Amino acid sequence: MTRRRSAGRLRAWHLAAGVVTLTVLAAASLLVGVGDVTPAGLLAGRAEDLHLLVESRLPRLLAVLLAGTAMSVAGLIMMHITGNRFVSPSTAGTTESATLGVLVATLFAGGEAVIVKMALAVACALLGTFVFMTILRRLTFRDMILVPLVGIMFGGVIGAATTFVAYRYDLLQTLGAWTSGDFSAVLRGRYELLWLAGGVTLLGYLYADRFTVAGMGRSFAINLGVRYDRVVNTGLVLASVITAVVVVTVGEIPFVSLIVPNLVTLALGDNLRYALPVTALAGAFFVLLCDVAGRLIRFPYEIPVSTVLGVVGSAIFLVLLLRGGRRMGVR
Amino acid sequence: MSATTTTSGTPVAAGTAVPTATAFAAARRRERRMLAVLALLALAAVAAFAFIGIKGNWEFALAIRFRKIATMAVVGVAIAWSSVLFQTVTGNRILTPSIMGFDQLFVLIQTVIVFLFGALALATADPRLLFSGQVAAMVGFSTLLHRWLFGRRGRDLYVMVLAGVIFGTLFGSLANLAARLINPNDFVVLQDSLFASLNQVDAGLLGFSALLIGAMAAWTLRLRHRLDVVALGRDHAINLGVDHAAVVNRALVIVAVLVSVATALVGPITFLGLLVANLARQLVGTFRHGVLLPAAALIAVITLVGGQLILERVFTMDTALTVIVNFVGGVYFIALLIRESRR
Repeated sequence: MTRRRSAGRLRAWHLAAGVVTLTVLAAASLLVGVGDVTPAGLLAGRAEDLHLLVESRLPRLLAVLLAGTAMSVAGLIMMHITGNRFVSPSTAGTTESATLGVLVATLFAGGEAVIVKMALAVACALLGTFVFMTILRRLTFRDMILVPLVGIMFGGVIGAATTFVAYRYDLLQTLGAWTSGDFSAVLRGRYELLWLAGGVTLLGYLYADRFTVAGMGRSFAINLGVRYDRVVNTGLVLASVITAVVVVTVGEIPFVSLIVPNLVTLALGDNLRYALPVTALAGAFFVLLCDVAGRLIRFPYEIPVSTVLGVVGSAIFLVLLLRGGRRMGVR
Repeated sequence: MSATTTTSGTPVAAGTAVPTATAFAAARRRERRMLAVLALLALAAVAAFAFIGIKGNWEFALAIRFRKIATMAVVGVAIAWSSVLFQTVTGNRILTPSIMGFDQLFVLIQTVIVFLFGALALATADPRLLFSGQVAAMVGFSTLLHRWLFGRRGRDLYVMVLAGVIFGTLFGSLANLAARLINPNDFVVLQDSLFASLNQVDAGLLGFSALLIGAMAAWTLRLRHRLDVVALGRDHAINLGVDHAAVVNRALVIVAVLVSVATALVGPITFLGLLVANLARQLVGTFRHGVLLPAAALIAVITLVGGQLILERVFTMDTALTVIVNFVGGVYFIALLIRESRR
């Protein structure tokens, strides 16, 4: 029970320390890249440095922070409303459905504005997630591990369908760009959609208490006067919108939505009021770290953040699964 | 499947607590009939694939088509048998080597070898020697992985499957990362060897693979009666005087070699093994490997040759078969999981 007692003991200085660390890393990340941006150059007001900073580095940093925050919060929300630690957009077919949506948009609305593409991606992500929830209801015996397993396979099936359509219409290469999340193409004017994900994340914070209660189970939540189905649906919509926006702007970012909420709630407990801000911070930090690592490992070339995350994320998930296994908050 | 499970986990035919001699004979006849039907279907698929729609030079067309058929047969047998063996030694029907990430592991080994020694070494070395080295590494690592995951008894089945799936992702991502670290010239060489498809298989490698598969098949057939006993579970097998650990280890070596051969020839086909192994178990309704193994191999050949036939002749597409197999197999896997959860 020690964990329970320490749960929720989030002090202001914890958050402050987190913010400071993130700020330091963020500032450092502005200086990492092929073109030279130096503090001295910026202070001296060199036009090149400023240009690079404003057009490329700063947008990239913002995109990383927004995507990391939004994805991990989306994971936290889904984890709560399904009552399962291992359910997140990347283990419920949400991400793959969003990618299918982008493909559909490219096929049928290629000339339309980005916002139309995004709307289609959101619609598909929603549809996919709700289909997954329907499959879940068919599982009479809701095993903690079985649920994400079915989700991963469901995502794989949608992925196969997407690949098939892309193959048919000669879009495999384009598909590759969406399935592997990468921040290297982010420039000013090409990431701003992510602010939408940021906004939706804030909305999630307003609902935090209701998600916490919903996580305690249907009958319990209804007993407490929470409109359970409505809260669950709201959560699914929020998570789907976030996922779709991220896929449309930077591509699939694997594992963040699964790993970060798990690690944070392991340390802090399940009260979303506390867990949500920390998850947001930690998600931003984690993705930024992986992005900077991707820029440095094979300098001057870049390794996409999705590749780095694929390695780091799956390794952490394996540890969580095999070490923590069944003991971790089985419901 | 028409089998119930008693409390001790021993499979017994439904409704016949003590099978009589005539019931056995009837079951054998049914198995033989099923095998004959499958063999006929496989032959029909092969014949149709070889002879339908040839225009121009017959000799040329047949040479190409028979090479494709030989590749599919080798790959089919490798995937079917590795899956059946793996299911037998792990004692469950929703696991196959591909789902556990074994073929991704092989891709990773290939990539790491290029990463360490460069493409030049890869191009100048004897391909058979190189392949043997890769297979040896594969045997070592897959045995380690198996021991690590299955060594602790009483581990939950679903935890194991999920861990296997994630191991597959990990190996795939590592291979992807290593591929990005290789210099671009080396990467082109690697890509050629990694994205092998049915249409461009090296004849030399194919002959060597067929030889390896033949050897493994002979070894498997010698083990078949002991495998029948191992399928009853560890305790029963030991009780019946079978060296359980020795059989499992041999089966794992065979699985590693078979997976390496299949992956080297056509790349990972994640769900084919699951489909054919379970279909075989369902169709012949027996646990005896002497029947199960040929049935699974025939079903794999029918699926690959028949599927390729339909794709090439009806839809005029070449390489999408693996995608379709993954789609169908994925749906089947989910259905299997849901059904399993209702027990």
